[in-house]
Amino acid sequence: MKRLLENEKVLATALLAPGVTILVVFIAYPFLMALWFSLTSISVGDPGEFVGLDNFQRALEDTIFQTAFKNTVFYTFWATIFKLALGMWLALLLNRHFRFKRIVRASMLLPFIVPTVLSAWAWRWMFDPTFSVMNWSLFHLGLIEDRLPFLSSGDWAMWCAVVVNTWRGMPFFAITLLAGLQTISTELQEAAALDGANAWHRFWHVTWPLLLPVTLVVVVFSIIQTFSDFQLIYVLTGGGPANSTHLIATYAYQVGVNSGLLGEGAALSLFMFPVLFAVVWVQLRYLKRMDVR
Amino acid sequence: MKRRKFLKAAGAGVATSGLAGILATHRAPVFAQANTVHILRWNDFVPAADKVLREVFAPEVAKALGIKLNVETVNANDLPARATAAIQSGSGPDIIMLLNNLPHLYSSASVDVSSLAEEVGKAQGGIYDPSQKLNKVGGKWVSMPWSIVPALISDRESWFKEVGAKEFPKTWKEYHEIGKKLKAAKRPIGQTLGNTFGDAPTFTYPLLWSYGGQEVDAKGKVTINSKETIESLAFMQQFWKDAHDEGGLAWDDSNNNRAFLSGDISATLNGASIYVAALNGADKFKTEKGAPLHTDIRHAPLPTGPKGQHAYHTAFNHMVMKYSKNAKGAIEFLRWAHKKENYDKWFVVQKGFATGPTSVWEDHPMWKQDAVMLPFKSAPTMQTRLMGYAGQPDKRAAEAWNKYIVTVMYANVAGGKMKPEESAKWAASELGRIYR
Repeated sequence: MKRLLENEKVLATALLAPGVTILVVFIAYPFLMALWFSLTSISVGDPGEFVGLDNFQRALEDTIFQTAFKNTVFYTFWATIFKLALGMWLALLLNRHFRFKRIVRASMLLPFIVPTVLSAWAWRWMFDPTFSVMNWSLFHLGLIEDRLPFLSSGDWAMWCAVVVNTWRGMPFFAITLLAGLQTISTELQEAAALDGANAWHRFWHVTWPLLLPVTLVVVVFSIIQTFSDFQLIYVLTGGGPANSTHLIATYAYQVGVNSGLLGEGAALSLFMFPVLFAVVWVQLRYLKRMDVR
Repeated sequence: MKRRKFLKAAGAGVATSGLAGILATHRAPVFAQANTVHILRWNDFVPAADKVLREVFAPEVAKALGIKLNVETVNANDLPARATAAIQSGSGPDIIMLLNNLPHLYSSASVDVSSLAEEVGKAQGGIYDPSQKLNKVGGKWVSMPWSIVPALISDRESWFKEVGAKEFPKTWKEYHEIGKKLKAAKRPIGQTLGNTFGDAPTFTYPLLWSYGGQEVDAKGKVTINSKETIESLAFMQQFWKDAHDEGGLAWDDSNNNRAFLSGDISATLNGASIYVAALNGADKFKTEKGAPLHTDIRHAPLPTGPKGQHAYHTAFNHMVMKYSKNAKGAIEFLRWAHKKENYDKWFVVQKGFATGPTSVWEDHPMWKQDAVMLPFKSAPTMQTRLMGYAGQPDKRAAEAWNKYIVTVMYANVAGGKMKPEESAKWAASELGRIYR
């Protein structure tokens, strides 16, 4: 046995096997099953039959799906922009020296640590159409006369979801970018300052280019998570009002799991795949180019 | 015998008698034989009823039949997801509660409970007609009706009187007029039009029918995009703006309970849970004059429209699952639970929030105790239509219900997202994808 493991190929295979097994069982197998389901008319308790691309065709003609797709793009785009901007700002602040720095840095992670379901419930209460603490506060401060329709207007509800996602995801950006910032030598900043660069110039010409690879990884990771988000919308709005806030994942769940149309649900969820694949591909190509440089 | 020798002999004896005993008797060991029945139900809006299942039914059925009852409760909106997951994985609760016509959706995963249903129906004055249609597929009972939760309007009697309504309005038009005055007095009507299982569809389907609209015709051809539907949508658009708390677009089935109990709304379509909560919390829930809130609550059916008066009451059914390893025990439990003397214990704590699936429960002495609850007594007999009308309440109707198509059709106009004509067209297109 010992001799066998001295063989590099055998050892490599043995070390890789657990990881590969996990990937096959929990990623590849469900993915292939979803792919197969999407090509059949399978519904709960009924294996169905092969229907080719019918489920995809039906999805494209479905107005609720069209809305859900647009919502997913909108939600991902704005949430990522806000998370990046606010995360960067926070990282730059946290990179400075101040009292209780460690405690503040650790506490920044709280929104990320709290389970999404719990935090989404808390936000749902804060946005509650009747008992919203925000409406109550704004009313008592004399800033509004009528309640703001946080979750009862489609547009407002979508922006509320973006706000909650930003609140939840921003610490991840901040902490990761902070780690990136700490790898940048202070000598570079000092040299730029001696050359007369102001704060903005130092950020744009020194910090930002060096932080770009880390930023790219964080952004791609966030796009993947946000694009396939389910929990937050499911708890916060349930896809309402009037289907205005459905994302691809929540609508696929409603069709596939709640209505038992597993084939159609699988096809709906697979519409996420090409988009996410393209994002990852662009990122990998970019990182490869940077490696070559 | 020396100690070591004794232990060796005893060990061998235990091992032999255990394995050999099992093989010889062809019986599984005791732990595998335990007669456990796992039932998955909703979190009852009358929590005392869940307590009866856990604290009264469980010990009594253990004593009577040797069944260990395991009661699990979840949010009603999550029941279909749990059923789908259990059926696809082939394991899960022995009995799953399914609302309305969901038994049609899951019929292939059910155990035939025809003999139980016929036995209970025969002994208890007959199962209500809607419950028969919701639970029978192809002439076979695929699930057993457990209860019906009637949806009636709870309203604040004194507030209605203050704006000139001595009785609850009889027609939608009158309700609109009174609602306008109530909203002007900052006491709007509260109604959910959210994506939720109970109060939203039990309001929107009867509204559609009372204007003469219907999802499909008797042959299953989509007919929702009609003059009648558009008329009902136009009515709702104005009614919503003039008389409702517009936050209702984002409400689930519990928001209206909270809003009513806190005095934020004057009326809402609901089960009797608001009244039951006000009754149980008489010290907590008061009117602005300090009287117990329940003394100012009354119940009424939905108003009449140009084409009649309709209602939709939520049906709660139990399906014994085909994958269950103890289907026999599950049916035995249901047979025991439906016996009058046992069901009675659950029925009385409901205080009328849920009625029985058979007509015998209309004669229960409980109804004589509280006149405010009387409208719930025979509410199930008032229900003449089901989802999917004028077709059958089949799988397709269940899919349309699960996708909230009729409710969203009204929410579209209430929220100003679409005009009545556009929303009716949208609903027709969505139903067309289901009824192909």
